[in-house]
Amino acid sequence: MAAAGGFPEAARAALADAQLRRNLHVATHTIREKRLRATSELDDWEQLREAGRRIKERTMRHLDRHLETLERSVLAAGGVVHWAADAAAANRIVAELVRAAGAREVIKVKSIATDEIGLNAALAEQGIRAVETDLAELINQLAGDTSSHILVPAIHRNRAEIRDLFRAHLPGGAGLSDDPAALVEAARAYLRSLFLSTPVAVSGANFAVAETGTVCVVESEGNGRMCTTLPDTLITVMGIEKVVPRLADLGVMLQLLPRSATAERMNPYTSLWTGVTPADGPRSFHLVLLDAGRTNALADPVGRQALHCIRCSACLNVCPVYERTGGHAYESVYPGPIGAILTPQLAGLERGRTLPWASTLCGACYDACPVKIDIPSVLLHLRAEIVRRGRAGGGSGDAGAAGRDAGGAVAVAGARGHEGGRNRREAAAERATMRLAAVVMGGPLRYRLAQRAGRVTLGWLRRHPRLTRALPGPLGAWTSVRELPEAPEQSFRAWWHERQRRSR
Amino acid sequence: MSDRELILSRVRAALADVPAGEPDTWLLEADPDPVPASYVRRRVMEAEQLVELFASRCADYRANVTRCADDPEAIRSAVAAACSRHGAWALVAPATLDSAWKPDGLLFESDDPPLAVEQLDRCDGILTGCAVAIALTGTIVLDGGAGQGRRALTLVPDLHICVVRGDQLVAGVPDAFALLDGALRAGRPLTFISGPSATSDIELRRVEGVHGPRRLEVIVAA
Repeated sequence: MAAAGGFPEAARAALADAQLRRNLHVATHTIREKRLRATSELDDWEQLREAGRRIKERTMRHLDRHLETLERSVLAAGGVVHWAADAAAANRIVAELVRAAGAREVIKVKSIATDEIGLNAALAEQGIRAVETDLAELINQLAGDTSSHILVPAIHRNRAEIRDLFRAHLPGGAGLSDDPAALVEAARAYLRSLFLSTPVAVSGANFAVAETGTVCVVESEGNGRMCTTLPDTLITVMGIEKVVPRLADLGVMLQLLPRSATAERMNPYTSLWTGVTPADGPRSFHLVLLDAGRTNALADPVGRQALHCIRCSACLNVCPVYERTGGHAYESVYPGPIGAILTPQLAGLERGRTLPWASTLCGACYDACPVKIDIPSVLLHLRAEIVRRGRAGGGSGDAGAAGRDAGGAVAVAGARGHEGGRNRREAAAERATMRLAAVVMGGPLRYRLAQRAGRVTLGWLRRHPRLTRALPGPLGAWTSVRELPEAPEQSFRAWWHERQRRSR
Repeated sequence: MSDRELILSRVRAALADVPAGEPDTWLLEADPDPVPASYVRRRVMEAEQLVELFASRCADYRANVTRCADDPEAIRSAVAAACSRHGAWALVAPATLDSAWKPDGLLFESDDPPLAVEQLDRCDGILTGCAVAIALTGTIVLDGGAGQGRRALTLVPDLHICVVRGDQLVAGVPDAFALLDGALRAGRPLTFISGPSATSDIELRRVEGVHGPRRLEVIVAA
């Protein structure tokens, strides 16, 4: 399903969709202002962010111990803990648990981890129907869409599109209007009987507290409470990075998450449960601890911080690239800036190889991140790593892989498409340019001469704009959509010398 | 090798750069450079200020907030008024609810023995107390303790009437966790409620009333 050209190619398709861009613009700009209001209201917001960062950083550095503690606590509270090294193992475990409960249908709370491992499709292969109960996930499920946003997975759809979907798919939806309240009412009516009768639910987890085994799900609609309270069996699939050591850590995280996510002081519902409770809620509780590439990310001391993410989506909402391309261009359940550093580390540098270039490095994501993940630094680190691996490979095949990555960079920067075959040439051109720059900057005389030559060339090119737009290869990718700057009368060095002379 | 051993060994191999002897948990009080991370762990506010802040923040989420004196008669009449606003007369109450809060003329069905979920679905509403309420965020916290009952009671009915006493109010989220520590360590499930259920899934615009109670009446008795 992934486009061969990676992000640049997928983004080109998204950029051509005017409706999508309008939908995204409205949604991201609405939430940006609201988030700033919500975060500026707390006098200790910056201290909370730093505390959140330190909690997550220290937890990751001792993850083995916290996972073992969590396991012990959940067992002591009457739950069962399963470990899944990869997606297939997790899917197998969940399918077996559902079958053991004698069910053919499960209700699901929105969970990106289960999207990541393709749980719904894996269950369908076993004859088990998984029904998404989050409104946006339901919209995507009805449309056969994938998520395009961490928090609002159907952000790419406007109300009229959603009305059309509900009219076509929901029982009794024929006369629906596009009033959001009417659409919500229709979803409520559709899901109500499922909540009251389905014996097995599958959820994700926002946090799990090692010291008590308490699992936390943060939500708005009440579908999370329904799923974690009413069924007999509850299965929670959780990435191993979601553990926090102490209950007190929730006092930090539950301030950071809602204000960064929906810009609310607090989300409508937060459920905390510990194993099973007699006469209240599910009679059996299973916690599936998922690795699926997380230990890859953990092994990189710079990239590791991607695991601190609490999935608020603030970085998506402020990103100038996401705002224009939307989430699908990232070809991952983790889109936006966080996806650009998370996907290559979880799925492997080869799969997400163009993603670290899907950024202008403006740093808005870093400023917005409630746990201060330094996304721009990790992007640069991954770019370097991808290029380095390509070179170290030596053979032409590996160099080609690196070439495609570098080519991706040029294409994103130049907002210009190109076919797969050209990527290698562009990468070679980029490397040659870098080598040339190294030579030119290697001595003052060479540098001065190059500057003079550059001024002359630039002046000439500006007098021939048609020629400029048609420059070959990566140069053209840049100049085809930009005007060249005016050549300065003199270089800075020349100006400086003259100034020194005059002051004497 | 089991998946458990495999994951733990991968984690340990990945963390080879972490020096032995580093504390495994971050504590503000043990941090050599605490200032940048010194978030407010305890907020102190005057009682009246707490009540006013809570009432206004809770109302921001379109919960209906009323204030009354902290005595049974005042609470009873506030409950009766809330019920009449919604035309509710057949309510459910947790077995542990203070019966002095139940107004005459309304039907209260006790959840002892536990009611079927269909019965909860049919009733007009549920009346409960709470464990803690957070002023800064307008949040009610239920911990299954006295006057609250099991989680399904405040989830399935369409109307939730919740009585908050003045001495249950705290200022911020960390203050609430300090008070809830005992319930959590005892393994009791907690629900944080901030307004009626809502969604922002359509164009990031908030719509109140999805799967949880669509109407929330909060009575602040202080």
